[in-house]
Amino acid sequence: MVYLTRKIEFSASHVYHNPTLSPRENKRIFGKCNNPHGHGHNYSLEVTVAGEPDPVTGMVLDLKELKEILEREVMQRMDHRHLNKEVPELKGQIPTCENIARVIWNLLDPKITQGKLHRVRLYENSDLFADCYRDGAGARV
Amino acid sequence: MSKETLHIELGRRYRFSASHRLHNSKLSDKENNRVYGKCNNPFGHGHNYTVEIRVSGKINRDTGMISNLADLDKFVNEKVIEPFDHRSLNEEVAEFRNTVPTTEILCIEIFKRLKTFPHAKLEAVRVVETSNNSFEYAGN
Repeated sequence: MVYLTRKIEFSASHVYHNPTLSPRENKRIFGKCNNPHGHGHNYSLEVTVAGEPDPVTGMVLDLKELKEILEREVMQRMDHRHLNKEVPELKGQIPTCENIARVIWNLLDPKITQGKLHRVRLYENSDLFADCYRDGAGARV
Repeated sequence: MSKETLHIELGRRYRFSASHRLHNSKLSDKENNRVYGKCNNPFGHGHNYTVEIRVSGKINRDTGMISNLADLDKFVNEKVIEPFDHRSLNEEVAEFRNTVPTTEILCIEIFKRLKTFPHAKLEAVRVVETSNNSFEYAGN
């Protein structure tokens, strides 16, 4: 099994606010991230696909194809957008690293037909990230 | 939407700087020098360590989080960063009085200190000693 990883970067704004909680509770739980005007990050996304190299092409999947999938599914949806307001898949969810990674997994998984999506790692900054795997996938490469 | 269950981990990086000396009192000076080389220098030396930890759990629907970062940061700061930062690991951390504080052993010690985190399951600890060396321990 070979694990292939491609990285992309996108910039987006968001705000953490749960309308079912009081303003005070929102402030206590989310701190600065609760600023009503939002704030932004440069996100870095690493997508890992696992598979056996094709005997003819030597590739797990064509990187060009992966690049196009990432452009269509992630960049066009999230780059230079407000995640709460402009990404319907995140509607009703707090756009934390964990939730965005899960949404990205669900967008990419059905589109990757050569090899299998193995890991989605989303960095909000260099010190904070979320990893998403298929449950029971074994190796956490 | 994929119907498969997903395993989600939250990763967080912290930093501390500390000195250490690799020396095993059970070995002769010559053997220590052979095994540890420059790291056996009697006055010790230091590193800027990066500690990467990963925890897993269910995403809380109200907060969107596996664990509140403020809780995680407080725990890691109390258990690891405060006791290790700007210290001599050999002299000032009780666990290293009788063991050699290689980064392998440091990684295991950090895992032991963090595995009692009450709000999520500790999956792994990775310690980056220099940009060329890193060590990871997942409790087994």
